[in-house]
Amino acid sequence: MNQRILRICLPVFVLGVVIFLWDLVVRGFAIPPFVLPGPGLVLATLISDAGLLWHSLLVTLTLTFEGFALAAVGGIALAVAFNQWRLAEYALYPYAVILQVTPIVAIAPLLLIYLPQPLAVLACAWIVAFFPVLANTTLGLNSVDHNLVALFELYKASRWQILWNLKLPSALPQMLTGLRIAGGLSLIGAVVAEIAAGSAGAGSGLAYRIAESGYRLNIPRMFAALLLLSLAGVAIFFALSAISYLALRRWHESAIDREG
Amino acid sequence: MSALPPNDNSPGNSPIVTLRGVEKNFSNGIRALDGLDLDVQTGEFVSLLGPSGCGKSTALRIIAGLSGPSAGIVEWPSGAAQIGFVFQEPTLMPWADVSANVGLPFRLAGKDDGGEVVQALERVGLAGFSRSYPRELSGGMKMRVSIARALVTRPPLLLMDEPFAALDEITRFKLNNDLLAVWQDLRRTVIFVTHSVFESVYLSQRIVVMTPRPGRVFTEIVIDAPYPRDERFRTSSEYAAFCRQVAEALAQAMASGAAA
Repeated sequence: MNQRILRICLPVFVLGVVIFLWDLVVRGFAIPPFVLPGPGLVLATLISDAGLLWHSLLVTLTLTFEGFALAAVGGIALAVAFNQWRLAEYALYPYAVILQVTPIVAIAPLLLIYLPQPLAVLACAWIVAFFPVLANTTLGLNSVDHNLVALFELYKASRWQILWNLKLPSALPQMLTGLRIAGGLSLIGAVVAEIAAGSAGAGSGLAYRIAESGYRLNIPRMFAALLLLSLAGVAIFFALSAISYLALRRWHESAIDREG
Repeated sequence: MSALPPNDNSPGNSPIVTLRGVEKNFSNGIRALDGLDLDVQTGEFVSLLGPSGCGKSTALRIIAGLSGPSAGIVEWPSGAAQIGFVFQEPTLMPWADVSANVGLPFRLAGKDDGGEVVQALERVGLAGFSRSYPRELSGGMKMRVSIARALVTRPPLLLMDEPFAALDEITRFKLNNDLLAVWQDLRRTVIFVTHSVFESVYLSQRIVVMTPRPGRVFTEIVIDAPYPRDERFRTSSEYAAFCRQVAEALAQAMASGAAA
């Protein structure tokens, strides 16, 4: 119980201290707002630009969720295909790795040449997010209890039954870990693509706002947009953690509180 | 509900399964079985006794059809029998509750269990636990669930691979008694693999002593003490004499294996 209170109170306390110091430094050295705006000004900008920023947030979040959904479906489907057909794994896995290890910032400008901008953002979100889903689900599908497989074979289960009733439930914890990582990464992918597109001038997402505000030296709005992006990332992480907890709490050790 | 096979419980009338010259070589060069001959009579309780690595588990998996013999034949004189298998570990699906675990054979066959799950759970003394998850149960209870699952389709042949080896002695004695009660009640054929002299004498009508590496039958000992057997039998001089006889046979089997 005490531990739980500390885990919530300590970070809040640190946040308070940082904001206080930030304010102190801005006031004390009389730093102009186009170099570093104080916390009060950022908050005020957040409120005064609420309409614009809210719209941008929705644009970015929509693309993030679409990218995440495609990554989840694509990653899981590909992992299942790899698990069912070894040859598919041999043929395609190296390219999945190549896609993953090539920095997304380097791919984004290229995608923007070939695809309309929203589609390019979506593609970036998908590329960075699908690999952790693929890798973790593959691991989960491969680490199923061999005796349970033998048991299913004893009862003459079909391949489909083994996949649906045994391998997928057994891979659920790893799959959810992959999805949790993918949630944050799809936001990063979307932001990277928007920033890359930003210099091309078209766009309305939060990252585009940051780029645009930078050119205009509207630093308070940059901070406000950045704050919203961080909050969006945190919200995505907590939402996926909650889903993971709800799905596993009855049976998986990772979701069970240890007593005593 | 299902018709029981004719069974007068006197070994030697009709074999349910016959092994002739069964060999098993693993790809790593280990010769697990070398010319194993075994007749198991319908309704019989027979134990395969030997040190670890004598291929007794391999023999069980070959009988179950989970693994093919490298040479030799497995014959089913009155047709292939449905098999219930109990592994050394409980081998339960952690994401499914007790009743779903026990009902698995019916679900895989696409059939309704028709009340068999409830009956099987009552038979192993777990009537009140159908909604519990495996992690909420003790080791002994998990093994009971595993036995209930093996019995739920009322298979003519029950294969048990050191099922109680990981349990404490008190739980093991209790499960020994309950297994004998179930066997006498249902009149099924049981092939029981163990490395415990005491357990094999307590349970079996016949003990097949195997040599280690490569595994083959060293000798057979008939335990003609009457059933029901209980704690009085466990502490009787008759039991002690059987144990001494079997232990001596096992020692000779191991010596012969070492010499070979």
